[in-house]
Amino acid sequence: MKSMRYLLLLAVFGLVAVYSCSGEPVDAGVVLQRGIPADPETLDQHKARSTQAADVLRDLGEGLVGYSPTGELVPAGATGWKVSEDGRTYTFHLRPEARWSNGDPVTAEHYVFAFRRLVTPATAAFYANMLADVMNAADAVAGRVPAEQLGVEAVDDLMLVVRLERPTPYLLSLLTHPSTFPLHPASVAEHGDSFARPGTLISNGAFTLEAWVPGSVLSLRRNEHFWNDAATALDGVNHHVVVQDAAELNRYRAGELHITSTVPPDNFEELKVQFGDELRVAPYLGIYYYGFNLLKPPFKDNPELRQALSMAVDREQLATKILGRGEVPAFSWVPPGVSRYEPTVMSFATLSREARESLARRLYKEAGYSEERPLKVELRYNTSDTNKKIAAAVQSMWLNVLGVEATLVNEEFQVLLANMRDAEVTQVFRSSWMGDYNDAHTFLSVLQAGNAANMPRYANDEYESLMQRAASQVDAERRRLYLEEAERVMLADHPLLPLYFFVSKHLVRPEVGGWGDNVLDYHYSQHLSLSATE
Amino acid sequence: MLRYTLLRVLGAIPTLLLVIALAFLMVHAAPGGPFDDERVLPADVEANIAHAYHLDEPLPKQFVRYLSGLLQGDLGPSYRYRDYTVSELIGNSFPLSLQLGALAMALAVVVGVSAGTVAALRQDSYLDRLVMACSMTGISVPVFVFAPVLVLLFAVKLQWLPAGWSSASGGARLVLPVITLALPQVAYIARLTRASMIDVLGRDFIRTARAQGLGTLTVVRLHALKPAMLPVLSYMGPAVAAILTGSVVVEEIFGIPGLGQFFVRGALNRDYTLVLGIVVFYATLIVLLNLVVDILYGVIDPRVRYR
Repeated sequence: MKSMRYLLLLAVFGLVAVYSCSGEPVDAGVVLQRGIPADPETLDQHKARSTQAADVLRDLGEGLVGYSPTGELVPAGATGWKVSEDGRTYTFHLRPEARWSNGDPVTAEHYVFAFRRLVTPATAAFYANMLADVMNAADAVAGRVPAEQLGVEAVDDLMLVVRLERPTPYLLSLLTHPSTFPLHPASVAEHGDSFARPGTLISNGAFTLEAWVPGSVLSLRRNEHFWNDAATALDGVNHHVVVQDAAELNRYRAGELHITSTVPPDNFEELKVQFGDELRVAPYLGIYYYGFNLLKPPFKDNPELRQALSMAVDREQLATKILGRGEVPAFSWVPPGVSRYEPTVMSFATLSREARESLARRLYKEAGYSEERPLKVELRYNTSDTNKKIAAAVQSMWLNVLGVEATLVNEEFQVLLANMRDAEVTQVFRSSWMGDYNDAHTFLSVLQAGNAANMPRYANDEYESLMQRAASQVDAERRRLYLEEAERVMLADHPLLPLYFFVSKHLVRPEVGGWGDNVLDYHYSQHLSLSATE
Repeated sequence: MLRYTLLRVLGAIPTLLLVIALAFLMVHAAPGGPFDDERVLPADVEANIAHAYHLDEPLPKQFVRYLSGLLQGDLGPSYRYRDYTVSELIGNSFPLSLQLGALAMALAVVVGVSAGTVAALRQDSYLDRLVMACSMTGISVPVFVFAPVLVLLFAVKLQWLPAGWSSASGGARLVLPVITLALPQVAYIARLTRASMIDVLGRDFIRTARAQGLGTLTVVRLHALKPAMLPVLSYMGPAVAAILTGSVVVEEIFGIPGLGQFFVRGALNRDYTLVLGIVVFYATLIVLLNLVVDILYGVIDPRVRYR
């Protein structure tokens, strides 16, 4: 028994000793510690999809175009570009000093290789439709033509030509997305689909991938071959995977993180007082809304009822009292701050609360409902504290103003998604949409018929024709007018109930320099710096 | 002996197969798939993805494909962590969870038995009452309350220990997770030991030992500890199970990339292969352990072989 116990102790200490020296990234130089909410699903830019994957990929790679800290388009892999008269041919001049992390120069052929791989069906890329406007892209994705027929051409090492199906004024914003970054063909040929791992990943951005412990941390190191390495202040960046926002806040307070990916929703006022300028809140290109199932009663062919429900919600109260983190009440579909666009606002946005509510009651009666015959409806949302609070608030607003009896149904996220797609049991459902690029099109295209993301299943011929006319416009001003008119038409139909626009919230330590608030919430590590602390 | 062993091994295989089949069915029965998201995919893209991951094949065919992969030792690629295979994820995370669990178990036994023994020796004194009160707290307060409190105190306020796994290396980052995991078990074991020790200390042979002039500590060490430990020993089974389930919460709070975390993430992400892989791993482990125990019984007690 005695010897057993000593053996046990020995085994325990042995275990501790062995595993205390597991392969951990070595910190050397100036290293930024950032939090991300989950692991990137992959660092293969064609198979990635989440925002955290895009954030890490933007540190590792670089595309033709990039963003400045305040959200302006700037040349990156390309030094300049020319657009043809009809808006359908773009000629990019590439940067001669651009290099991969193994010293090889970045050439136009590398972009062509990457674009072709993006639209190849076997790649099964999530963002294959980033290049949807390029000639033959849709056919290539569907497998009707080989990817070699995609409308991109490397005229020589430093000149890339992109031919489009239609004028796409937001093409440059699309080309900031990591799915359009170039690839190193030799690396992909050698390693196949596992080219994106530490040790084999060759990147052309400010950092290289040094280590990745799934579920824990991604370590990036300075890419010395990067053309702009002289301007990169950081020697390394560690992206720590922290799933719980409360745990992330504790680590920030303990001094282990310089930047958090978000802030816990509770006690926001206290956090503002406690952290002051370290708390950065900025408008974000995303909307939180309730969709109506337009394929089934009671909302099918019933615009008055939808409008009544929409008008009965006091969005200002939701945003200020219930959320209180700087979210903006939404009276449009496209968020404010989108470039070259002025969102249309719903007609009742300027009415006083009393006027809105009495109009809502009138519409409710016109739809055939009353106190004796109230509307009974199910409101579905996915499990989360915020969703529950908002649903409860909306339920009580509908009850007080109109007498609607709403039942709250709480479902796990994947279950709700499946229900929304089937459109059999849903009536009112909570959803959200985040923009992929800084143009109104990323929001307005969602509600086009046939778009899989069109959860309410909105279908309106006038909307379609306005969107198509906008798509064929070369002149930016005329395009904008068509898009704004399309949004006005759609909002008047009330296929959904916009509630509020998201804000991005981060805690940023005072020693972090170069942080810029922008509507896309892109914060490239190459723009950031760390000043010495005491 | 050989026949006995062979029979046991053969009996284990259908058990394993059944577990795998059931898990496979359950995982696919949950609504939603691994690639569903609010950013809904265009139909063409979705078809490509389904084809690449064989999700468009009929379920029996997918099952056969999975089984044949298993036989070659291939647990498949993770649907969510697409740069890693399931074998790699399990291989990286299991040693960590094992280390955490083993340390927590060891700590729980050492501290629990000591505390229980002290309480039994000083029965009804203030020390005894203190130990019992602490253990009651340890049992009642859930892990997800304890852990953030510990983090707040030791990591944020005092800054003695790291708050997160990835922000430090070496043994320091093990301290808080192990303590958090061990605490409820310390409490149970302390109470068990105390009760059992009080019972043993009242027995005749202890009185004899005392009468022979042995000191208290010697009596405890040489005569009382072994019989008092029997209930604790039989608690080991449930204790291990509790540590396994408790480790999921602890891993999540401290950001430890252990097996429990991957299991939960896999379920939420509908990562079929990862969840199945972990189920297969645990099932194989349990079946193997039971097999070893069965065989050992056969070695120790020959009568078992002929039943």
